[in-house]
Amino acid sequence: MNTLINGIFKRDMALAFRQRSELAQPLMFLLMVITLFPLGIGPGPVTLQKIGPGVIWIAAILSSLLAMERLFRDDFWDGSLEQYMLSGQSVAAIAAVKVLVHWLVSFLPLALFSPLLALFLNLTVDMYIALMLTLVLGTPLLSLVGAIAVGLTVGLQRGGVLLALLLIPVFIPLLIFATSAVDSAALQLPYRAQLAIIGAMLMLAMASAPFAIAYALKVSQN
Amino acid sequence: MQFDSLQDFLAMGGYALYVWLSFGVSLLALLWVVVDSASTHKKLLRNAREEQARQARIAAARKAQALQSESQQTGS
Amino acid sequence: MWKWLHPYAKPERAYQLCVTLQPYFLWPGILCLIAGSIWGLAFAPQDYQQGDSFRIIYIHVPSAILSMSTYVAMAVAALVGIVWQWRTAFMAMIAMAPVGAVVTFIALFTGAAWGKPMWGTWWVWDARLTSELILLFLYLGVIALYGAFEDKQQAGKAAGVMALVGVVNVPIIHYSVEWWNTLHQGATISKFDKPSIAPEMLWPLLIALLGLALFIAAVTVMRMKNEIIRREYHRPWVKDLAARALGDDHAV
Repeated sequence: MNTLINGIFKRDMALAFRQRSELAQPLMFLLMVITLFPLGIGPGPVTLQKIGPGVIWIAAILSSLLAMERLFRDDFWDGSLEQYMLSGQSVAAIAAVKVLVHWLVSFLPLALFSPLLALFLNLTVDMYIALMLTLVLGTPLLSLVGAIAVGLTVGLQRGGVLLALLLIPVFIPLLIFATSAVDSAALQLPYRAQLAIIGAMLMLAMASAPFAIAYALKVSQN
Repeated sequence: MQFDSLQDFLAMGGYALYVWLSFGVSLLALLWVVVDSASTHKKLLRNAREEQARQARIAAARKAQALQSESQQTGS
Repeated sequence: MWKWLHPYAKPERAYQLCVTLQPYFLWPGILCLIAGSIWGLAFAPQDYQQGDSFRIIYIHVPSAILSMSTYVAMAVAALVGIVWQWRTAFMAMIAMAPVGAVVTFIALFTGAAWGKPMWGTWWVWDARLTSELILLFLYLGVIALYGAFEDKQQAGKAAGVMALVGVVNVPIIHYSVEWWNTLHQGATISKFDKPSIAPEMLWPLLIALLGLALFIAAVTVMRMKNEIIRREYHRPWVKDLAARALGDDHAV
């Protein structure tokens, strides 16, 4: 079991870094979308600080929706996913490790760029700390729950917008709590409750999403 | 009866637009969904009948063709 | 314990059950809806604060409650389909989805029409309204995903998974009014407390609620019949059914 998990981990990481452009694109999308807001709404620092947390989280959700499609797509179409599922090993564990790689590969660049984003949108240090905490807790949730829908739609020819339509409603509570946390930080109020709720959702996702993803892949393989 | 006259009833204490808009749109929506379900039902059954008739015609034509070719063979 | 349900895993038996149940849902449902509406519109007393605009409650509250319970029912059907592999469960699920979506739309629309005279605005992004809008999106997502698959058995399983993922949203809607201090008033009917509404106003509300519930069940049953026919097109019993319906206006 461990050999397979390790193998998939190394393989996916290698593949991800080999296709560096495919990695960079969602990140560039994120940066550009965030740049649109000051350009569209006006550069007033007070306004930017007010909308900042929301803008960053919305941009994170949208760019992760774009990036998520590659999670199972290549493996599905070249047959290696079918081989994983026929291997007799736990598909849930395989799904979990693929999601882990995907998260590492998409979250770490986001974390690296976050100070720049905070600068662009005039966030205070307190807000930035709260933002990072929500991102650390919330982005795995995006990857885990998103992977379920990706698993369901991987075989469809016209996946695209359908994936976003399915996932955006499900991500809305996360968006609400995350931005509420950062807004509370802006007002020097405690935000442990919001983090706790996001953490609870994450725990639930960690416990159940791998099995849902495994089932979704089974449905797609038919 | 809470209202003194039909005019008062329709006026709904000044809120006529909101009350009648709500009830009206809801009624239309519910009507639409039930009418759509019933008409789809009729359409499906009609399609099933036409499909059956078509299959019967195809089968009859094949049979006629088979008989014809049979008689041609025995004839010549 | 559930053995009596087992025959209904077969589409033909399920179809017969739908045919039997339909009149018992449809006509009492329509009757209760009409009775509740007339009672609420003409005979219930005015609200001392909101005047006659409050009469919208007689469609808004039933549709809001039932929009959520229909989603839960849809998720239960999805669960039955996934766990026990019943095709008829997925057919029931997809039959409920459009009805639930329409009822959610009614809740949103009547909520907006009620909000304008009450709060001075057609729309406000408070927790309850927002969550109801998300619920509408969830319904539409289930319908869209089902439609994207050619193989309807696959479609049922996929849409079922999304319905289950979305069902986590339903308690969030329900408790959002407690969690956030918002514009929307608190729950009018609760299992444990005495309702904060006068009895003369409560009765038409309960009748309208019952009526809408029966109506939703009736339309679900009608749509389930349609889905069964679509999926079982080539079976002999469907062919007999279609032949019997020839020339009959009240096609069974």
